Amino acid sequence: MKVRIDGEETTALEGQTVAGVLLGRGLTSWRTTRGSGRPRGVFCGIGVCFDCLVVVNGVADVRACQRLVRDGDDIRVQHGAELPS
Amino acid sequence: MSRVVVVGAGPAGMAAARAAAQAGTDVLLIDSGARLGGQYHRQDTRAGTERFTLPARVEHLAESVVWALEPVAGGHRVHVRTGPADGPGRSGRSIDTPALVLATGAFDRALPFPGWDLPGVFTAGAAQALAKGQGVRVGERVLLAGTGPFLLPVARSLLDVGAEVAGVLEAGDPVTGWLARPGGGLSAGIGKLGELAGYASVLARQRVPYRRRTTVIEAHGTDRVESVTTARLRPDWTVVPGSARRVEVDAVCVGFGFTPQLELAVAARCALADGFVTVDAAQATSVPGVFAAGELTGIGGAELSAAEGEIAGASAARLLGAHPAPPVRALRKARRGRRFAAALDAAYPVRDGWRTWLREDTLVCRCEEVTYGELRGAAREREVCGGRALKLVTRAGLGPCQGRVCGRAVAELTGIPDAAATFARRPIAAPIRLGELAEEPTL
Ligand SMILES: Cc1cc2nc3c(=O)[nH]c(=O)nc-3n(C[C@H](O)[C@H](O)[C@H](O)COP(=O)(O)OP(=O)(O)OC[C@H]3O[C@@H](n4cnc5c(N)ncnc54)[C@H](O)[C@@H]3O)c2cc1C
Ligand code: FES
Repeated sequence: MKVRIDGEETTALEGQTVAGVLLGRGLTSWRTTRGSGRPRGVFCGIGVCFDCLVVVNGVADVRACQRLVRDGDDIRVQHGAELPS
Repeated sequence: MSRVVVVGAGPAGMAAARAAAQAGTDVLLIDSGARLGGQYHRQDTRAGTERFTLPARVEHLAESVVWALEPVAGGHRVHVRTGPADGPGRSGRSIDTPALVLATGAFDRALPFPGWDLPGVFTAGAAQALAKGQGVRVGERVLLAGTGPFLLPVARSLLDVGAEVAGVLEAGDPVTGWLARPGGGLSAGIGKLGELAGYASVLARQRVPYRRRTTVIEAHGTDRVESVTTARLRPDWTVVPGSARRVEVDAVCVGFGFTPQLELAVAARCALADGFVTVDAAQATSVPGVFAAGELTGIGGAELSAAEGEIAGASAARLLGAHPAPPVRALRKARRGRRFAAALDAAYPVRDGWRTWLREDTLVCRCEEVTYGELRGAAREREVCGGRALKLVTRAGLGPCQGRVCGRAVAELTGIPDAAATFARRPIAAPIRLGELAEEPTL
């Protein structure tokens, strides 16, 4: 299946998590913190820490380690606290 | 009509569901994951097939998170959202049950240290979950640090996915700990010791260094981990002067034991002791109609979790009028497992000296970016006492993880006596979008 990561199209496999796809592409961070804009990626890997938040199909605050990718997903970096648009 | 509801499909929850079904009751088994298995039996979600089969009486609700729990007449109401993690587009449903089994497991305990917020610092469990569940290695050259036997299977999994393991650093001194208690509870865990010996021999063959009384005290890098500082530890875990060494790695994984996933048990008002849910021999909690099994009740590994699950499932079925045979074997296994768990706990204590690894600017609460200095300031100068006041003044524990990651550290650093009671009270147990909340018919 095809997904987009920050605008760039890439292939993903059924059953991969968003974090699995991102880490597999060599990325280690895809979010900045609300306070000091520091980069974050996966920390706990099991949905507990909320470090891995990412924007999927325009919706912010999706845990990349928990969300399974779907064909056509548009995944992008999350900057600080993003409000619903 | 009425059925047993089991939350969590790890070793404990699956065993509970099986036992209740075998006793002739219908079961609803709910887990946020896509597959059965929980942590220990985590399946690769990329594989097309489900490894486990359950009796026909068990309905498995996958990708379903229990986000709230409330008492109702004759039992509890379980609020569930089913669908892609964190929504939107999930469907909601609420189920009432007179017999609820909580088997929500545990997560890694991480201790804060300078640089632990850099990308490339993972929990040991994250490395394990990504290796087992996604075939992903968290780094090319990885160092493991922490305490407890769990570091060994993680090192093994990292090797399996092609990472170089630069070393396994055990902060404690377990060998003297074990030898100091001959004939103690560790001999109750012969099976587990065999499994651990297996990992140890793989590490030896692959020439992975294993160092005791050593840990990672700092991670370095600008936007990700580039190297770490390791140091030898004294028995109280303060650093041996002059022992610091710089090691180049692109990932470091830390794990200092586990913290139970308590929020549903707390929502049900189950009594806790030492941070775990209190249960009797039948796995009944202090709340009628609520049973708990697995690492929620103590950290003792998958086998103990499964034994407790079997007992809990039988107890829950009995409450619904079934007549299961007494789970004699599971009761024996659980007794033995608890002895082993107590011995492990004694062999791998977390010592207070970790507090000396922190600096004023070290983050303790990762979500709200609250530093050690700010916490100390609040606790000492402003004389903030009590967990609630401290949270409101510093915001520690008020971010999205709700203190799951920092709660125990914040409590220990500021002298709050009861971390679990202060930080595990989360009426909304899992995140839910406002739109979803608006749709909820029953709240
Ligand atoms: C990341 C991680 C990896 C581990 N890997 C290993 C390993 O490889 N080897 C080993 O010996 N030990 C491992 N452990 C230790 C492990 O905790 C136990 O050995 C064992 O899995 C515990 O079983 P359990 O049934 O109590 O809980 P778990 O196996 O943790 O299962 C709990 C389940 O509950 C679900 N859950 C929790 N809250 C909710 C909710 N609100 N709604 C819906 N579902 C929920 C979770 O999704 C999870 O599937 C690991 C622990 C962690 C944290
Ligand atoms: S990495 Fe912790 S929630 Fe995803």
